[in-house]
Amino acid sequence: MAKVFIYPATSLILSDLVARFGHKPLGAALGIRERIQTAGVDSPPLQITPEEPKRGLKYAAVEVPSGVRGRMAIYGPLIEEAEAAVIVTDADLAFGCMGCARTDELILFSLRQKGMPILELKYPTTEEEGVQFVAAIKKFLAGLPNGGEA
Amino acid sequence: MSRKVRIAQLTCGSEYSGVQKEIYEAAEAVGAEMFFPDIALADVERAVKTFGLDVKSADLKLMIARGMALVEGKVEADGVFIGTCFRCAEAAIVRNELRRYIPENSKLPVVSYSFTERTTSGTLLTRMEALTTIARRRALLAREEQTGITMGVDSGSSTTKAVVMKDNQIVGTGWHPTTEVIKSAESAIADALAMAGLTREDIQAIGTTGYGRFLIGKHLGADLIQEELTVNSKGAVYLAGHQRGSATVIDIGGMDNKAISVIDGIPGTFTMGGICAGASGRFLEMTAKRLGVDITELGPLAMKGMGKNVSMNSYCIVFGTQSLVNALAAGSSREDVAAAACHSVAEQVFEQQLQEVDIKEPVIMVGGTSLIEGLVYAMGQLLQTEIVVPPYSQYIGAVGSALLASGFVQGE
Repeated sequence: MAKVFIYPATSLILSDLVARFGHKPLGAALGIRERIQTAGVDSPPLQITPEEPKRGLKYAAVEVPSGVRGRMAIYGPLIEEAEAAVIVTDADLAFGCMGCARTDELILFSLRQKGMPILELKYPTTEEEGVQFVAAIKKFLAGLPNGGEA
Repeated sequence: MSRKVRIAQLTCGSEYSGVQKEIYEAAEAVGAEMFFPDIALADVERAVKTFGLDVKSADLKLMIARGMALVEGKVEADGVFIGTCFRCAEAAIVRNELRRYIPENSKLPVVSYSFTERTTSGTLLTRMEALTTIARRRALLAREEQTGITMGVDSGSSTTKAVVMKDNQIVGTGWHPTTEVIKSAESAIADALAMAGLTREDIQAIGTTGYGRFLIGKHLGADLIQEELTVNSKGAVYLAGHQRGSATVIDIGGMDNKAISVIDGIPGTFTMGGICAGASGRFLEMTAKRLGVDITELGPLAMKGMGKNVSMNSYCIVFGTQSLVNALAAGSSREDVAAAACHSVAEQVFEQQLQEVDIKEPVIMVGGTSLIEGLVYAMGQLLQTEIVVPPYSQYIGAVGSALLASGFVQGE
């Protein structure tokens, strides 16, 4: 079983796919809601304190906005733990989205820096692309150590 | 108990910065409640497209969609708080555009702020108080004439001012440096009453403002305890004789500065800066001390000098003072140094605060620093307009308090 970081980290579909193939998804366990009644689209379910942005200094310098550092305090340790990653770019908001584009840039850079297996895909826009999308993820996950069939 | 004022929160990064609790606490302290305008996820992209600002961050898109929902009346609110992370350029653009768009297209009062993880509820309190006052006390703020005998006390960070008003006239003033808050207030009040030829018993209503407003208000049994943003706006347009229409009020204080865009005497948008002392009256006090002149002499001195003859490489109060000392050591005249100090403060307020409010004429400068003519001149040069300094401008908070307090005179 490999620890697979998923991007967008809030994507339940990606999380489910990774788990189905016998791996451990690393992401934010957040349901995508039809209506947004929290501060942001990826508001954390936990009470973040001013300590988190300070802990985020491990991943981003002090001149980086506090919101980025607060997010990195959550995602940074998950990236460190990750052994592989599935990255879906240009995803529809409903698929799973991250609130801050600057954090996204840092997360993607940090993942690529690790030199681990990474699958990068564009979000599908047609049914045909959708089929290819799932097949590519399936192939990637099956190729990871101790991956299993869904 | 009156209904809580509902403030719509449009923010990006507040929860990850750990300041959400501080925002809630500041709102709670002034009898308001924060809420997030309810938006359908499906509507976000459509709203962003209509608004026309193509940003990458999803939370900024959400802010835009929520702002549009407020303007379109799909969501009801009494006021709007717009906040984004300090140092985020993308967020600053959205914050500024929403801060402009909402008041232009609705009657909602707006306050905007860029936070760090160090932002506390105390920092946000005055802004939230002003926001709720505008929403809750429109009738009180509509007052254009002082009636009866009232007193206003402004307990500021540097000085404490008291004003006694009678039948729409200022009949007594008092001014003392703020040392012990209550003692300073008592001294200023005694002077104002003596000048008016009245006693405390003659006063029908009292209003307090400034940093010490709660302590002084409790001590005096004030009828109105009010933050300085709304009070100063009211006082400024009252004294300038411009109670109707648009105006901009600038108050460079001892510890913080206010820039307020006023419509019919009521603040529309405002900023309050208090991070850097280099942009405050304190810097001018230090300059006057270094030049060996009284603060009242700094303005005339600056008017005789040329600020651009002195190199000021820093806005920091420490390094700024060092620049002045270096300039004097290199042979610069005291006049030029005084002018450079005034220009530095004006420029910093211009660059860091006045960009956040829409400057509409007349521009009214108030507060003790408005008496420093070199500073007023420098600000006028930067804004390319003639600055109005009304009579009694140094007593602005006390005058505004006395004016508004007359709403509490019995029979009113």
